[in-house]
Formats: sequence, structure tokens, C-alpha cells
Amino acid sequence: MDLQGFGGQILIGAGLTLAVAALSMIFGLVIGGFGAAAKLSRRRALRGFADAYTTLVRGVPELLILLLLYFGGTVLLTWIAGEYVEVNGFGAGLFALSILCGAYTTEVLRAAIQAVAPGQIEAARALGLRQPTVIRKVLLPQVWRLALPGLGNVWLVVMKDTSLISVVGLEELMRKSNIAAGATHQPFTFYAVAALIYLLFTTVSVIGIALLERRARRGLARA
Amino acid sequence: MRRFLMAALTAAAVGWAVQAQAQDKVRIATEGAYAPFNFKAPDGTLQGFDIDIARALCDHAHLECTIVAQDWDGIIPGLLAKKYDAIIASMSITDERRKKVDFTDKYYQTPARFVAKKGAGIAISRDGLKGKTIGAQRSTIHAQYLQDTYADVADIKLYDSQENADLDLTAGRLDLVLADSIVLLEGFLNKPDGQDFEFVGPELKDPKWFGDGAGIAVRPGDAKLKEAFNKALAEIRKDGTYDRIDAKYFPFSIY
Amino acid sequence: MLDSLPRFMAGAWLSLKLIGLALVVGAALSLPIAFARVSRRRALWMPAFAYIFCFRGTPLLVQLYLIYYGSGQFPWIHDSWLWPLLRQPFGCAVIAFALNTAAYQAEILRGGIMAVPAGEVEAARALGMGPWLILRKIVLPQALRLTLPAYGNEIILVVKSSSLASTITLLDITGVARGIVAESFAVYEAFLDAGAVYLILTFLITRVVGALETRLMRHLRREDLGAAPVAEPYGA
Repeated sequence: MDLQGFGGQILIGAGLTLAVAALSMIFGLVIGGFGAAAKLSRRRALRGFADAYTTLVRGVPELLILLLLYFGGTVLLTWIAGEYVEVNGFGAGLFALSILCGAYTTEVLRAAIQAVAPGQIEAARALGLRQPTVIRKVLLPQVWRLALPGLGNVWLVVMKDTSLISVVGLEELMRKSNIAAGATHQPFTFYAVAALIYLLFTTVSVIGIALLERRARRGLARA
Repeated sequence: MRRFLMAALTAAAVGWAVQAQAQDKVRIATEGAYAPFNFKAPDGTLQGFDIDIARALCDHAHLECTIVAQDWDGIIPGLLAKKYDAIIASMSITDERRKKVDFTDKYYQTPARFVAKKGAGIAISRDGLKGKTIGAQRSTIHAQYLQDTYADVADIKLYDSQENADLDLTAGRLDLVLADSIVLLEGFLNKPDGQDFEFVGPELKDPKWFGDGAGIAVRPGDAKLKEAFNKALAEIRKDGTYDRIDAKYFPFSIY
Repeated sequence: MLDSLPRFMAGAWLSLKLIGLALVVGAALSLPIAFARVSRRRALWMPAFAYIFCFRGTPLLVQLYLIYYGSGQFPWIHDSWLWPLLRQPFGCAVIAFALNTAAYQAEILRGGIMAVPAGEVEAARALGMGPWLILRKIVLPQALRLTLPAYGNEIILVVKSSSLASTITLLDITGVARGIVAESFAVYEAFLDAGAVYLILTFLITRVVGALETRLMRHLRREDLGAAPVAEPYGA
């Protein structure tokens, strides 16, 4: 397979894909934490806002959201900061993907939190533990275990969604493949290489998630 | 502690203001998928006629320029959103675009032409193009021309890049492609894939669609940058830099 | 923006045709793949596993580009019987989306098949029912009912994925919006309008699927737990 010199570029793109995906996942988890808390909150305004957020992201194509955020994001940030804020392709892609990831993780975390038997929280409080300790020692470990499959899925989705950012110019794996394919007139070669790299990422991720799940379930009887 | 903070803040503010004064930094956007004017080499760098002209202009205008790649679809919105300060990407000066951006003087002018498979015998007329599938890049003067002139007789397909349109032409999904004649020549006809294809029809130059040549786009009202570029352009045309860059890519002058 | 309405309507019609065809062809494909996947014969489950893994493990955009632009690289494809279909961007999009959703649907179906209590299948065998009869009367009806939320979710995902068709020159809802942006630079109006159309679509589909779920599960509804089980986004 002759990559006509574009091999190095493809690898750089692959690295960038992982970087954007990983950072988006981290930001998305933070957003998801707040979002899940908002969804379970007593204040209707917070619930409404979180519901609107997840409904929008789940009901509108990611590509469209990306295009909107890409064109509108810079303007919004510039307006907030009062002066020109430089947002390059990486920043714009990261911003958009984090927002997408946040909506998915909100749902996963919310379901996981609700799945923790309320009896455990009550028992912890009855034992005199205060709220922060309850969250740290009782809630979070179980939420982690319950949310892991869902979060694993979200990671796979986010990693694949990075390919969409190619449409707005970020030079991740898909974009580099586009460039190489266009320059060499060999689209099949380069898209096949890209597909293989994504498969590699997926395989490693699936194995990693399975290992994490096994560790999180240690001590539990086989469900 | 407070006094230290105040001093630090003042120093930072002064430093920032001074930096703002000494601002010769200009960000220039180009596309990167439009050989030989702007394209990405295998090592990832942007190269091409547009890039060389941009560097020459920046030299003569004493500007510190960074050149970035930007998708064609979003290149004007990006300029207006201040992602960069100028577009040097073979953008044709048209009245339609003048409504949104300001242009410098032209830095080259080449006509558009149709390309089709050798021996296909397609006549460039409303009858000849009836039922044919024609491709062009979205947001270009070529796309506009096709839509205004042949939309009711031919099937017009729009692509996000010229290269993708070329791919579909070789694949047989398109009967013709309309684009800049030089781009088609250097980026397609002279490449191995383009051996079976040829120009058809006349050169298209009507200013109504094809504008007054390619210019540099700047934000409306950014007169300082526009004048700097115009002055630099005049200089490089006079002192032979332009001709040197032209000769590097083309056997004839494209001004 | 009202003058763009006819274009959006045409785009919506194209999107609906694309989504419908992809779902139907994908569903048809997913049946044999799912059966192969649950089989114990290696010759059956290994290729099925590979298929599902490849199509779920790579982005849909890559699959689409591979099929559309990739098929153009090989001259021998142009002479084959596949070409009339692959030549059209619509055909390529349907193929790509159908193959993709078939993989996801096969997994959903497999989950449903495996969730049917083994005891019922054993009992049916003990009663002398043949494999086809067991499938038709015992396994599939329950599997489909159990997986309805996941199917509903997959339909929504196909609706959203259809917007990728705009990247291969198709004028679906997103394609129309991008064309408008290219002509008039009215970025927000075009994309917000497109987003609204998709929201209406997904809202309607969610409602229909929800009603279907309620109806099919009404014999299972437990008053003490409240409403019927809700679709889990990433459960399957």
C-alpha cells in the first residue's frame, strides 16, 4: 500500500483524534456531572434547562450542531470577552464535541445515580455520615461501577464523532485522509487506512473498558 | 500584597497596550485544496502560488503573517468573525462578494472552462448540456454560473472541494466539471488520472459571474490592511518578484 | 427564510426516503446476521461478529466515504452491475446507512433473543416444536417486545446520521441548509431551521415509538412502578 508520503500526516491526524476525544470526554464528564445533578435537582428551572439540553443534543444531528457551534462559537466567545478571542480549529472542535459528550454523559450518570439503591443513601445518613462523605464513600463508587458500561459506550461514540470535526476543518485523522485522498486521487486507500486505525482505537478501547469493568465489579457476585 | 498586585496588573496592562500598538501581526486564511494555487504537501505544509504571493506581500508590507487553512464554505464567515484578517485563496472579486467583504486589487486573472472525457462530444450550450451531470465546488463563481445558467436543463452537483469534484469526474459520476482553467490544468489534466479528459468549450470570462480576477479579501472597513496589500502588490509587480513567483508555477503570465 | 421553505420541504422528503430505505434494508439484513451471531457454529458467528465489529467500530462518515469516493478508485467497478447503484449518491448513501444500521440492529436483536428465558425454549423443544416454529412463536415475539426501546433509539440515530448524506452532494435537510449558507451566508437561520426540522422529526418518532411500547407492554405494566419502562439511550 503506497501512501505516497502522507503516512506521517495520517499518524499525526490519528494522534490528534485521540487527543480531542480524550479531552472532550474529560470536559464532557464534568458537564455531565453538573447536568445529572441538575436533572435530579428539586428546582424545576434547573431540571428544565438540563432536559432542554439533552433533548436538543439527542434530537438534532451532531453534524448540524457542530456546524452551528463552529460558526457561532467564535462570535459568542468574542462577544463574551469583549475583544477578539482566537479560537482555532482544535478549540472549536473540542468545544463542540464536549457539549455533545456532556449531553450523553448527563443521561448515563443520571441513570446510574438513580440506580443506586436509595436504601443505601438512607442507611448512610442514618449512620450519621454527612453529605460530602455520603457522596464520596457511598454514592460515587457505585455510580462509577453502574455508569461504566454507559460511559464506555459514550467514549466509543465520542471517538467516532471526532471524524465529523473533519467537516469543519480540524486536521484530525479523517481530515488528513481527505487531504491525502484528494491530492493523490486514491480515496479508497486512504479511507481504508483511516478505517483500520479507527478499528484499532475501538479494539483497544473495548478491551480497556472490559478491564475497567472487571475491576469495578471485583467482590460482587456475577450478576 | 495589594501594591504588588496593582504593580503587576499595571505592568501587564501597559505591556498589552504596547503590544497592541506594535501590532503588525496578520492572520491569512487559504483553502489548501486548490492546486497549484494553494494545496497541502505530503509533509503537511501549505504551498502554492497564493502562499508565495502572500509571503512576498507580507515581506514588502513589513507584516508578520501566519497562514492558516480554512474550509472554503466557511472562509468568508470566518473572516467576518475575525478568525483571521485576510483571505488569499484565489477568491474571485465579484459584486455578490463585495456586499460582504472588501477586496484589494486583483493579483491574477484566469478564465474558467469545462472539462469532460475525451471524445464525449458534449456541446456547451443549453441543448448540449441537457440531462448532463455537471459538478462544481460549492460557494464558487463556477457554481453560481451553473445555477444561474443551466440549472433547469442539467443536473448540478456541488462539492465541498474541487478535489472531490475531480474524483467524481474520474469515477464517471459527472459528465463535466466547471472550474478555473489553470486549476483544472495543473491539478487534474496534467495528473495521471486526468489523461482521458480534456477542455471543452470556450474560456468563460464574463465579469457578471466570473468577476474581475482574484483578489485578497479583507473585512469591510479594514482600509489600513487593504492599502498595505495594494501598495505591496504594486511593489512586487514592479520589482520582478511577482514575475518570479509566476514563472515558478506557470509558463505564462496569469496577471 | 420563508422563501427557503420549498427547498427544505424537498430536502425533508429526500431525507425521509433515505431514512426509510436504510431502516428497511438494514432491518432485513440484520435478521440473518443476528441469527448467525447467536449460532454456536464458528463458521457462522465469526463472520457475523467481524461484520458487526467493523461497522460499529468505525465512524459512519468513513464508511460513507469509502463506499462513495472509494468505489470511484477502481475502474473495474464501473463496468460491473453494481455501478448504476453506486454511481448515484443516493444509492451509496442507502447502502452505507443500511449496512451500518444492520450491524447495530443485529446487536439489538441478539440482545433480545438471548434475553428470552432459556426455560421457555427448552419447554418448547420438549413439546416437540421445530426450530422455525420456536423462533416464530416464542423467541421473536418476545425479543422484539423487549428490544423496542433500543429499536426506537436506533431509529432516532439513523434519522440523525442521515445528515451525513449532505457530505456526498445529496440535498437532504442538512444539504439544503449548507447550500443556503453557501449562497447567502445566513448561517444561523439556515442551520437553526434545519435543526428545527430534525427536532420535529425525532419528536414525532419518539412519540410514535413510545405509544407502540406502551401498547405492546400493557400486559406487563406494573402500577406500582408507574409509567412503562423508558428507553435507555446506551443500554443495548
